[in-house]
Amino acid sequence: MPRVEPAALSDDDLLERYQRAAFGYFLETVNPQNGLVADTSRPNSPASIAVVGFALSCYPIGVERGWMTRGAAAKLTIAALRFFWTSPQGSGDEVTGHKGFYYHFLDMRTGLRVWRCELSMVDTALLIAGVLVAGAYFSQDTKEEAEIRELSEALYRRVDWRWAQGSSPTLRQGWKPKSGFLHYGWEGYNEATILYVLSMASPDSPTSDDSYAGWTATYQWENIYGYDVLYGGPLFMHQFSHAWLDLDGIRDAFMREKGSDYFENSRRSTYLHREYARRNPYGFEGYGENLWGLSAGDGPGGFRTSVERRRHRFSGYAARGAPFGPDDGTIAPWSYPASLPFAPDICVSALRHMGDRYPEVIDNFRLPSGFNPTLANRRKFGRHGWVSEGHYGLDQGIVVMMIENHRSRLIWDLMRSNQHIRRGLQKAGFSGGWLEQPAASSKGGRDVA
Amino acid sequence: MSHERTKAAAFPVDRNDAELIGDAHPPHWRNPEPDGPYNLVVIGAGPAGLTAAREAASLGAKVALVERGLIGGACVNVGCIPSKALIRTSRLYADMRDAEQFGGDTPKNLRVDFQRAMTRMRQIRQRISHADAADAVASGGIDLYFGEARFAGRDTVAVAGKILRFKKALIATGARPNLPSIPGLVEAGYLSNENMFDLVSCPERLLVIGGGPLGCEAAQAFCLLGAKVVLAQREPMFLPGEERDAAQILSDALAREGVEVRLNTEVVAVRTKDGKKFADMVRDDETTTVAVDEILTGIGRSANVDGLDLELAGVAYDTAGIKVDDHLRTTNDLIYAAGDVCLEHKFTHTAEASARIVVRNALFRGRKKLSELVVPWCTYTDPEIAHVGLYPAEARKNAIPVKTYTILMHDVARAVMDGEEEGFVKIHVKEGSDRILGATVVASHAGEMINAVSLAIASGMGLSALADVIHPFPTQAAGIKMAADAYRQARLTPLRKRLSDRWLAWSRR
Repeated sequence: MPRVEPAALSDDDLLERYQRAAFGYFLETVNPQNGLVADTSRPNSPASIAVVGFALSCYPIGVERGWMTRGAAAKLTIAALRFFWTSPQGSGDEVTGHKGFYYHFLDMRTGLRVWRCELSMVDTALLIAGVLVAGAYFSQDTKEEAEIRELSEALYRRVDWRWAQGSSPTLRQGWKPKSGFLHYGWEGYNEATILYVLSMASPDSPTSDDSYAGWTATYQWENIYGYDVLYGGPLFMHQFSHAWLDLDGIRDAFMREKGSDYFENSRRSTYLHREYARRNPYGFEGYGENLWGLSAGDGPGGFRTSVERRRHRFSGYAARGAPFGPDDGTIAPWSYPASLPFAPDICVSALRHMGDRYPEVIDNFRLPSGFNPTLANRRKFGRHGWVSEGHYGLDQGIVVMMIENHRSRLIWDLMRSNQHIRRGLQKAGFSGGWLEQPAASSKGGRDVA
Repeated sequence: MSHERTKAAAFPVDRNDAELIGDAHPPHWRNPEPDGPYNLVVIGAGPAGLTAAREAASLGAKVALVERGLIGGACVNVGCIPSKALIRTSRLYADMRDAEQFGGDTPKNLRVDFQRAMTRMRQIRQRISHADAADAVASGGIDLYFGEARFAGRDTVAVAGKILRFKKALIATGARPNLPSIPGLVEAGYLSNENMFDLVSCPERLLVIGGGPLGCEAAQAFCLLGAKVVLAQREPMFLPGEERDAAQILSDALAREGVEVRLNTEVVAVRTKDGKKFADMVRDDETTTVAVDEILTGIGRSANVDGLDLELAGVAYDTAGIKVDDHLRTTNDLIYAAGDVCLEHKFTHTAEASARIVVRNALFRGRKKLSELVVPWCTYTDPEIAHVGLYPAEARKNAIPVKTYTILMHDVARAVMDGEEEGFVKIHVKEGSDRILGATVVASHAGEMINAVSLAIASGMGLSALADVIHPFPTQAAGIKMAADAYRQARLTPLRKRLSDRWLAWSRR
């Protein structure tokens, strides 16, 4: 097949190619027996529960776009939902989860906890968000789709969100069998809005009513580079909850006070990242108008070295942020499609720049977790610098979802029709905009495939 | 004794230390004979005690000052002064190492002369201590007593066999490092701020326990002086209480220098084997062990309340120290306290400020309040982290809407010229007004820069007015003014802009 020159494609075609390439990740890495999806495409990667949440959200997109049949999507969805419903829960070893939450990483085959990882609250929330997308999308009157809806509701209701508050208003980040709750707190705005919305809306074990206010009390509203923003350093913090929640035009108490909303905040934060790259205070290679975007993702590894007589410390997988750092010159190029709905012009422009200037980084329209042109021809790195090996499911999932929200609003509309989501937003104090209108019926009835 | 199991020598280490003792606790000092009641008896000749005694004496009060150890207290002898002197040398080595970044050449075979660094520190300590020498204090009209002070009643203190009667007294006995509770640490021997400045060689491998100001400063300084440093912090960030972004920048800076950063990590046990110290550290449910030569603890300080017979004087205290009201009066209305022995913020400058309040309140029936003080503080890492006033979270907790004006140091011209562009200026104002609630500055000279904001808060100056204060160009402190300029810019609403445009268009007619 002749190579497609990205420059020759229209914006729509370009986005379609990137979206489809990212979507392919899920079909390539899913275990059809249990619906688990690998964290990365690297050999022996375990499954990540958050990636499963993204996968469950992407299947309906695949159906609507004609990349898979509804039947195939339903089959993979049922496999995952049945697995999570029937896999062992408990506080001991050899389990998949506890209290309705799940361990962050699971064995692809057995589904049991690996790496002594933590029971993860936010990753469970991303999984459950995907579970609710499935429940909303598969609305047809068939035995299979009815089972999806039942399991979706049951999995959501089983999560003991109240337990995850511990003795504080805010939710704990994680839990381990021997040491109990991890004592890392949530400080400042981040990707957890979806976690709070889901936890507050729970019919059976909601968090206390002060939980969301407890979190937002730590927000910091700042004027940086002339932008008024609710600060969150890495871009993914401005994207992940937004993949499911349409936060355009609805406001909680904090945003009412500031006269803004979270959608607008993500737009400004995207511009702020670009502005940081323009200023490029640490002199990293390539940074500028069309190369920006620091986020959580893979990195070149933990080492210290001088570049152009400046000392830098490089990291492996880490959350990078602007403008306060950390920044080691590693760009997360999937940030462009992931911020597309907020700032389409600059995102498309950056995406095109990637294709023109760094084609070697892109694998057939699939974007890596990160790349670092500053390291070109340094240490063991080649002329392209460092490029993350393989692909990460989180990155591919957010790419598929945000391009779709930009193109058709599919996921936003599905979730807007979900009563749990509406109730969660309302309990968190959101009002105005679409929340004032009655819920539209789900789009899952459409049968495109 | 745990200190003997460290590489720290016994104080006095050298001639400078001997001279310091000659000034700060002369061996043949003769205590004066009390002659009637004192207006003020001050117990403890640290920053609070010295300040109160001098100020009271200068106003004509009859003052006694009692010290059991060295004049100057922790600050000059085992605190701010020796640590900052040592930090200066460590920064020199960082600059030599990074000379190319500044257009210079890094010296070949750059070798750290630890002893020379320590000698310089001792010289400086002796020199600064000299200003508060016993003779100088006495010549200021203060009766200086050396010895252990004990209250003998509500208005009497006994010291070295003499009874001092007072109309008012001030307890300013300071604080000391907490005894660590980690099993095996005392037996293994450890360093604290009280003996780390007596080191004669740099530990090859150093474990620093606690990521508060002392721990972070020491970890960075020893790392730059050649030690391989592991910094273990129980919390998820350094400097708990400071802003997340400040702690983040510090954490990055420490890691970049080569400090092995271990956050969320608790040291649970220490043991020795073959002259090495082994520390077990737990993170979540994983345990690791590090082998080091020395362990430095920087966790917490306890008030010096023992041995004073406070009960006889009716002065209440608890684990946090002597209980005082907002006027710094203890439960005995003749007795006040100031400085580390009673304050949450244990800084030299708060000790001195609280001492001034006591002089006013105790001797002149003043009603000055501790809570009215505007207290900045600074951690002297590189970059430094300085703060004054409220944090945004505190403001929001009190239902005060807050907005922060942030300037990155990489936008401050002088910081770029100096190669010191890491950090930021954040000034917090009440939303919709220019009332300054607080500020955090992270910059190489944040401790100097914060003063403009402290002055503005203390004098009730708003951020808008700060924009009119002309700063010499180029200075790093211009970052403060730039934040004020950002405030002005943001206040330029579309309506104002339109009106301004219309006026200017009309003016062009």
